[in-house]
Amino acid sequence: MTKRPFELTVEEIARAVREGRLSAEEAVSSHLERIKSIDANIRAFLLVLEDFALEQARIVDKKRKAGRPLGLLAGVPVAVKDNILVQGFETTAGSRILKGYKAAYDASVVERLKREDAVILGKTNLDEFAMGSSTENSAFFKTANPWNTACVPGGSSGGSAAAVAAAMCPLALGSDTGGSIRQPAAFCGIVGLKPTYGLVSRYGLIAFGSSLDQIGPFTRTVSDSVLALRVIGGRDERDSTSADKSVEEALSGWEAGIEGLRIGVPREFFIKGLDPEVEASVRGSIETLESLGARVEEVSLPHSRYAIATYYIIAPSEASSNLARFDGVRYAFRAPGGQGLEELYERTRGQGFGPEVKRRIMLGTYALSSGYYQAYYGKAQRARTLIKRDFEQAFRKVDLIAGPTAPTAAFRFGEKTEDPMAMYLSDIFTIPSNMAGNASVSIPCGLSKAGLPMGLQLIAPAFGEGTLFRASKALEAARPFPGLAEVA
Amino acid sequence: MKQYEMVVGLEVHVQLGTKTKLFCSCPTGAFGAVANTHVCPVCTGQPGVLPVLNRAAVELAFRAALSLECELAEVSIFARKNYFYPDLPKAYQISQYEQPFATRGRLEFALKDGSSKSVGIHRIHMEEDAGKLLHAIGSEELDHSLVDFNRGGTPLIEIVSEPEIRGSEEAYAYLNALKAVLQFAGVSRCDMEKGEMRCDANISVREKGETRFGVRSEIKNLNSFKNVRDALEFEFRRQVEAVEAGQRLIQETRLWDAARQATFSMRSKEEAHDYRYFPDPDLLPLAAEAEWISRVKSGLPEGPVARRSRLIKDFRLSSYDCEVLTSDRALADYFEAAAASSGAESAKTLANLMTTELLGRINAERVEIADVPIAAPHLGRLAALVDKGVLSSKLAKDVFAKMWETRRAAEDLVAELGLSQVSDEGQVKLWVEEAIKANARAAEDVKAGKDRAIGAIVGAVMKLSKGKANPALVNRLIKEALGC
Repeated sequence: MTKRPFELTVEEIARAVREGRLSAEEAVSSHLERIKSIDANIRAFLLVLEDFALEQARIVDKKRKAGRPLGLLAGVPVAVKDNILVQGFETTAGSRILKGYKAAYDASVVERLKREDAVILGKTNLDEFAMGSSTENSAFFKTANPWNTACVPGGSSGGSAAAVAAAMCPLALGSDTGGSIRQPAAFCGIVGLKPTYGLVSRYGLIAFGSSLDQIGPFTRTVSDSVLALRVIGGRDERDSTSADKSVEEALSGWEAGIEGLRIGVPREFFIKGLDPEVEASVRGSIETLESLGARVEEVSLPHSRYAIATYYIIAPSEASSNLARFDGVRYAFRAPGGQGLEELYERTRGQGFGPEVKRRIMLGTYALSSGYYQAYYGKAQRARTLIKRDFEQAFRKVDLIAGPTAPTAAFRFGEKTEDPMAMYLSDIFTIPSNMAGNASVSIPCGLSKAGLPMGLQLIAPAFGEGTLFRASKALEAARPFPGLAEVA
Repeated sequence: MKQYEMVVGLEVHVQLGTKTKLFCSCPTGAFGAVANTHVCPVCTGQPGVLPVLNRAAVELAFRAALSLECELAEVSIFARKNYFYPDLPKAYQISQYEQPFATRGRLEFALKDGSSKSVGIHRIHMEEDAGKLLHAIGSEELDHSLVDFNRGGTPLIEIVSEPEIRGSEEAYAYLNALKAVLQFAGVSRCDMEKGEMRCDANISVREKGETRFGVRSEIKNLNSFKNVRDALEFEFRRQVEAVEAGQRLIQETRLWDAARQATFSMRSKEEAHDYRYFPDPDLLPLAAEAEWISRVKSGLPEGPVARRSRLIKDFRLSSYDCEVLTSDRALADYFEAAAASSGAESAKTLANLMTTELLGRINAERVEIADVPIAAPHLGRLAALVDKGVLSSKLAKDVFAKMWETRRAAEDLVAELGLSQVSDEGQVKLWVEEAIKANARAAEDVKAGKDRAIGAIVGAVMKLSKGKANPALVNRLIKEALGC
């Protein structure tokens, strides 16, 4: 039986479109129908750009008919997390305060997607301003996990992860500040890449923690992730923190086998609170890698236990400044009524932001206050340096670090909303990589007895994406990822 | 009675003369442009935008630092200064805080009494300007405010002096010298009316001989050098009176009200903002390579002090003339362009025309040197005509006025108006004879040794010649005719 277009991978769609076996319009229509039939239950999309997507698809088809060469992502429908700007369309970052804001320009990654003939399909749900680990903090609605709709898809990029897992698109962009790509990828059983800080331009990503934020792709296969990175990565003049490195440099050697690859397993990632089923499947995957010729040894990241505390100083500090521009003066939401400037600010921000965002703005404002700056922000920066140094030391001995992406599989709605600390712990294994700015990926490593996916996290040194994909590819071949979520 | 001294430190903001803004490629120089036409997503603080540092601005900033003999930091850091205000689109200003790019410089300048003074430069840092709020359109007050982001993101440097200025005249001289140095280095035009140079003053008083500092106040809203001088005088008296009356001064920010010639409290230290400075994660630390710095240094134009010495030497001008001509780079450039046409031998006459006629007119009509209707070579040739005896200085003034109105060359106007001076002895002799006849009484007086009486006869000759007779020749011929 031939596959329906929505079941195809990124590579398959692009090849079929280029070769004329599938029109871009067919590819896009198939995904639009898929969205219509199942997204009412999942609610991955905040906005589906039906007309715009079909129009883009027809342009790609015309281009092909005219005999012009097509790009790497010809006709591939892509969903974009709603904290990334697509010109002319509403971009809310999941917040009431940006309701009605029409993006004035395309994010650099969106520009690059369009340049390679991808089709922007829609904007996906997220925790407000990417602050959260379950997408329950969206100001608009919750997104369900396609594997079990009573569970969260993870977060903050829950909409993008759910959309790819449920085959509403083969590729979606997310952003990862403390695990917001990898954790939902683990919860939804797909591949989620957090590229090295500086490899993908942040221009057009609504900033949360500027020194930590990184855009990356969700896909169902490892080679789709490579392809997506090739399109969105590389130096961008508009982002001063963008590295002077090409994606090909970062990817070098990704197709080699893993014979002799040295893999480090950090003892600090196997702690109390790690779900036994997750531990078993992660250890099983590492054993598979070993059986394929990798050399496995234990390593230590002693300062990673300070990662969460450090993160909750640095990220909110940066956020308190980044989110200050949402003041009701120039665009989007302005609270009605009130007298004078102070009230305009208070009412707009008081009504526009949700509780988690307010909590973090207050944390960050406090941490940066004069008199407290050294004790909090200054100290956190020093701790960050130590966490970074742990990795440098470990990477002298090993090529790659492997461990769980998240301590558990997807949890139920409401399970952690009452306890911010419990929610924060969901990112305990992913945060260190943002602190160090290195490359990491979550790939599926099995299903729990309850039928929920679990993820293996691989971490490579900065610009070591090639090493990440080497191991990911081997594991994907040896232990095929569980198939598409069955969604009614 | 106790003697007090004024202790002043100045914070001067200078707009760097770049074509584009500090962190985006919008054009600067939007003064007078339609509101919000020189803007883009970056300088209006749209979500998701990032700053990219303007290399040209960095170069001008380094030129300023080098001209002020500063130490240059190997690495400087951009920081965010966080506060809410509608003219600040990101709700933070990108500035430099803990690690500015330049420190420990100095500025030397002459005081009125001819002595020289050196004031330390504490630091210079780069930052972006804010936008502008409008509370009225024309004379009509609004019940709301409008914001114009044209100016937002314009590159500035802030030059902070050490508290080494000891009086309002010193402050005035410091500002003039600073302006000249920056103009000559091509850093800025420093036009205060366009907000290209702005000054805040920190002032405290103490008894003479005391080494500790008093409690300072910071004075804002000083729109001219004269305002700075007046405000410092007022504030000095206010603080001395308070101290004499046994009051305790508080550290505060005060606003100068030029109309009432007084300062008024704006906010005390306790009410000051907590700006929550932290390094901007969107910008990398700025590291200037030694090689690049030395290239900037070698490309520095001649400074005002060097220019002054050269003018004295090359054109044999008085040091007063050169002081005036080098008070402004555009003026000095104009002089040299004019002198190229007049020839060095007419430089003195040219300098006189410039310091009297040209500057008089510029001040009266409030125009920029760049907008002066007389091209520099034209003025140079006017000076040459005077020195060649074609025009008297009096006629030169008339021709100058015509040149200003018509933008035409001196020679053309002289020919057209028949203004050239008459030095033909035969013709002048006829006028002299007629004048003596008509002023017999005066002629007798002159003969009797009353030299001053000659004026009446000269005046008559000038009347007869319609002002064109060569005055030196007239004098000589009258004396000859009267045998003295």
